[in-house]
Amino acid sequence: MNSISRRKFLKISAATVGTVAAVTGPLNSFVNGAVKINSEKEKGIRTVNTFCDMCFWKCGAVGYLRDGNLWKVEGNPLDPLSNGRLCPRGTGGVGAHTDPDRLKSPLLRKSVRGKEEWVQVTWDDALDYIAEKMQKIKSQYGPEAIALFSHGIGGTFFKHTIKAYGSPNISAPSFAQCRGPRDVGFRLTFGEDVSSPERTDIKNAKCLVLIGSHLGENMHNTQVQEFAEAVENDATIIVVDPRFSVAAGKAKYFLPIKPGTDLALLLAWMNVIVQEKLYDIDYVNNYGFGFEQFSAEISSYTPEWAYPETGIDPDVITNTAREMARYKPATLVHPGRHATWYGDDAQRSRAIALLNALLGSWGRKGGFYTPVSMDVPQYPYPSYPTSEKGKVDNPDHKYPFAHETITTGIREATLTGKPYPVKGWFVYATNLLHALPNENETIEAIKKLDLMVVIDVIPSEIAGWADVVLPESVYLERHDDLNVEWFREPFISIRQPVIDSPNDQKPNWWMAKKLAEKLGLGNYYPWKDIEEYFDYRLTAAGYSLKELKQKGIIKGERQPIYFDEGVPVEFPTPSGKIEFYSLQLAEAGFDPVPKYKKPAEPPPGYFRLLFGRTPVHSFSRSQSNRILMDMVNENEVWINIDIASRYGIKSGDYIKLKNTDGIVSNRIKVKATERIRTDCVYMVHGFGHNSKMLKGAYMKGASDAQLITKYEIDPLMGGTAMNVNFVTFEMEA
Amino acid sequence: MNELSHTRTNHLIDPSMHVWGWEIPVYLFLGGLVAGMMIIAGYFLFMGRHKEPKCSCFYLPIISTIVLSIGMFALFLDLEHKLYFWRLYTTFQLKSPMSWGAWILVLVYPALFANILIRPPEIISNKFRLIASLSEKINRMKNSTRLIGILNISLGVLLGVYTGILLSALGARPLWNTSILWMLFLISGLSAAAAFVHLIAKDVQEREMLAKADNTFLTVELIVIILLIVGALSSTQAHIDAINIILTGPFAASFWVFVVGLGIIIPLIFQVLAVQHKIIHTPVFPIMVIVGGLILRFIIVYAGQYSHWSHTVLGK
Amino acid sequence: MARLVMVIDTRKCVGCMDCVVACKTENNVPEGFNRDWITTEVLGKSPNLQMEIRSERCNHCDNPPCVYCCPTGASHIHDYGGVILVEHELCIGCKACLASCPYDARFIHPDGYADKCTFCIHRVEKGMNPACVDVCPTHCMYFGDIDDPESRVSKLISTRKYHTNIPEAGTKPQIYYLT
Repeated sequence: MNSISRRKFLKISAATVGTVAAVTGPLNSFVNGAVKINSEKEKGIRTVNTFCDMCFWKCGAVGYLRDGNLWKVEGNPLDPLSNGRLCPRGTGGVGAHTDPDRLKSPLLRKSVRGKEEWVQVTWDDALDYIAEKMQKIKSQYGPEAIALFSHGIGGTFFKHTIKAYGSPNISAPSFAQCRGPRDVGFRLTFGEDVSSPERTDIKNAKCLVLIGSHLGENMHNTQVQEFAEAVENDATIIVVDPRFSVAAGKAKYFLPIKPGTDLALLLAWMNVIVQEKLYDIDYVNNYGFGFEQFSAEISSYTPEWAYPETGIDPDVITNTAREMARYKPATLVHPGRHATWYGDDAQRSRAIALLNALLGSWGRKGGFYTPVSMDVPQYPYPSYPTSEKGKVDNPDHKYPFAHETITTGIREATLTGKPYPVKGWFVYATNLLHALPNENETIEAIKKLDLMVVIDVIPSEIAGWADVVLPESVYLERHDDLNVEWFREPFISIRQPVIDSPNDQKPNWWMAKKLAEKLGLGNYYPWKDIEEYFDYRLTAAGYSLKELKQKGIIKGERQPIYFDEGVPVEFPTPSGKIEFYSLQLAEAGFDPVPKYKKPAEPPPGYFRLLFGRTPVHSFSRSQSNRILMDMVNENEVWINIDIASRYGIKSGDYIKLKNTDGIVSNRIKVKATERIRTDCVYMVHGFGHNSKMLKGAYMKGASDAQLITKYEIDPLMGGTAMNVNFVTFEMEA
Repeated sequence: MNELSHTRTNHLIDPSMHVWGWEIPVYLFLGGLVAGMMIIAGYFLFMGRHKEPKCSCFYLPIISTIVLSIGMFALFLDLEHKLYFWRLYTTFQLKSPMSWGAWILVLVYPALFANILIRPPEIISNKFRLIASLSEKINRMKNSTRLIGILNISLGVLLGVYTGILLSALGARPLWNTSILWMLFLISGLSAAAAFVHLIAKDVQEREMLAKADNTFLTVELIVIILLIVGALSSTQAHIDAINIILTGPFAASFWVFVVGLGIIIPLIFQVLAVQHKIIHTPVFPIMVIVGGLILRFIIVYAGQYSHWSHTVLGK
Repeated sequence: MARLVMVIDTRKCVGCMDCVVACKTENNVPEGFNRDWITTEVLGKSPNLQMEIRSERCNHCDNPPCVYCCPTGASHIHDYGGVILVEHELCIGCKACLASCPYDARFIHPDGYADKCTFCIHRVEKGMNPACVDVCPTHCMYFGDIDDPESRVSKLISTRKYHTNIPEAGTKPQIYYLT
């Protein structure tokens, strides 16, 4: 491996580029490498099958080229996830390719971290630089001192390289900042995760209960399609939300709950169902463990008790409980996805699991099906080196039920150097500054690093803090790992390039492989290119790469997915049953049956800050996509109309939000509405970018992440609850 | 109250429609002014006043030609697809007032030209022999001036009426959607033209006559405005909301002050007094009438675009 | 004679704007302009709220004021299906049609001509649905011939409650909203 000093580096790049550029201006006009747009060669319309990456759902997609230019992206009709219909982000995927703010070539930091000043370098130089730093960190601190934060299927090969390098510290915000508490709550109860895509049988549900889950505003494609189907079939829909969401607009019962009290409602519902013996008695008798203790524990949680907590009328609680019971087992209490709300999240999710257990919906039609998949063997790599130190994120199993790595645990270790130092971060396709709570802690942690590498398609805020930024091809321009999906019906899908990258962007597999080679780990990449890798796996499974490339999707045979159809009834819990009463929780010192704790009240003049989604954006990563920005180019803060008028604010005004730590947001447009309670405000996550390189999104709307300085940690699994901040209004001068 | 929101962001349409800027009200006003001048000049010809040496019927068609051309230029400026302007004249669309208007304008110019030919300015007839001989021929023809007078009156009325119908045919805008808008624009055009002629007439008798006529026009205009308001207020909620835009809404101040007050009532009072020789004639009041007429067009065009049918469905 | 119409089930629509995005890419609608859009209407006092979400666009009216007011014949009723179209080469950009539309469905394309939804006539004439209909993840949009009693659209409006938008303007709009 070449050893190049940083000084020499700057020389090389200066010679190559001929100029040193502060990124805000001239960089966008740089075009590095060959521009190999197909348009010169090609006429007419051509289609390429792939799968989408506008979010993590992985819908089958068809890219259309017209005269060699990307025209549109449609759903692949063969695809069971999308049924040939992508969501608005998928349909707007063209804008990811044409985004003028995209990263165009590898960048090396010029001045201090966070200044967003760069020099362009070649791929070789960039990867050499990274490899040299990594070797240094390895020799000084051991390989565990490198951590990888990753999101989505594109992270596969970087994970592979980092594991081969010897670090077990690989994490995704999707656990501790998103679905972790839910998965833990369900694991503790049924022994299994809800997984992704969720095993929810929405389309067959006769009664659907959504607790803070705003289907239609979040666009998890399959779920939204099935939700519409349930609406069409006149399923009884019960929506619990402080906000009159889109889903609430379709509901028979809308329960505008006081934020933070969902567990009280769940306990009261279970109380009614148990007291009135409305539960699935055979199911509970056959599969339940500890039901007696459970029913004793919840006996005091009556609807009358829940009323002052939740603000929901006791009759409404009783009636909705009876309604759920009427349609059991085809009553689905949706587990949600983003579940990190108030700090009691794993226990709340467990209560949702328990309510489903009472209704007998797990394993049943209209409840939770058992997903199936095709058998495609992994590539036979050499085994990874074992780490002596173990993972850094959860020392002494402080959070005993965390079954994935905790991002914020790695951040904590980086800050404190305990249990051992972390000196290098790789951040793949996740904007940690918008994803993790308290951005200041993230920044302080980054300052402790010897190496900070960001791999992304756009210059997000986190990229601004990197030493090296590696520009990735967008999904329409690259291959990723095969998607061997767990779903209602088994299938494999392929992501393959529809069009060339416009500049010097590269696919992640190429970067990860090159980096491994520079680290002397070439033996972990025995394949020449990714198609050879695909071919190996598919051939081993008995399928043809050629067919997959041509069709985009290969389906397997339909298999049973319900207990009634012959799926074996298994609950991989310690008792082998559904744990109404959890001994493992009791042993670890937690409540074996969820107990309600009152949430904190907002200080006078403050409102609880809630956040959610718009269907046209994904997290904070799509706001420079010009097509999607054309749909929604800023977020609004929802304020109850009576509260707004008390403050003399009306819809369309711009205000700023200030939290209890004195942090003031960017200006944000007001939506004064009946659609939200008086004790909270709401905004869509992902706006308010302050990366100057994101020209299309810079300072448009406000960032909830910036205002989330406080967070509560779930004691079971280390998730960070983020709906615990309070804000007040500052008028625009 | 219904919370209504939409995601459309079209330029000129959102947040509220404003497809027509200053060009259209200016065009409609100048068109109305020319219509009024044609009617007045035509009336003079018809009545044989062209025998008076200072009769305004000799220079009104020249002024009209210039004013109309300025108006048409404003109209041209408003077009978004200017190079396709000529497409107006490769077709005639029976149901389109604008198509009618385009063809009326084609006829207005020859009528004005015929009027000019009765006694063309000497500079022109001296230079162009053809014009002088045409003029001679016309003057020799029996009843030619009366016919030209009738022609100018007719086309003037058509032109004036069309400027109103152009808007009232656009049923999407409840403010415009009234069958007396043509009357308002015609009478307003006449009052402005009378005020204008009053202002520039060289013949004292003619000036007096036009002041009197203008008072009649202004009175009628006031009645038409009242009818317009009453008609709207007794119509659908959309029409009530629409008229309220000018009665009490964002355009109320300019409507009451500039159109009704300073544009009609005050000049009317003072001109009545002047006609009765209680005060002397000043150019102030005719100018106020003219400006009032222009502002009327601006208000009607702007407020009309702002007016719309209710998009609410729930609770209906 | 076919009469092409759209039927939209507002109960299923979640207002995700996929129809808008699909229209953008299919028809190259320029940035900042919309041939279709989402309207959300809420009525009541919390918690007793009613909401309707509608995907809106040109109503391809049976009594189209935009066609009647057009001075050049650029706005016209297409031979097939009663679809209202604009011939770009005939349009002078006078904007009368924009002002004439109670739905504000038209706009001036940056190239100068009046533009709006075409019902994706280029697709329809090949036997396909408009792009918005085919993309809708909730399957809430239906397209077809209302003159054919066997068509899905005919069956839907004969069995379900529906409304049209601003019928009082007298334009006879041909987009039906199921409630």
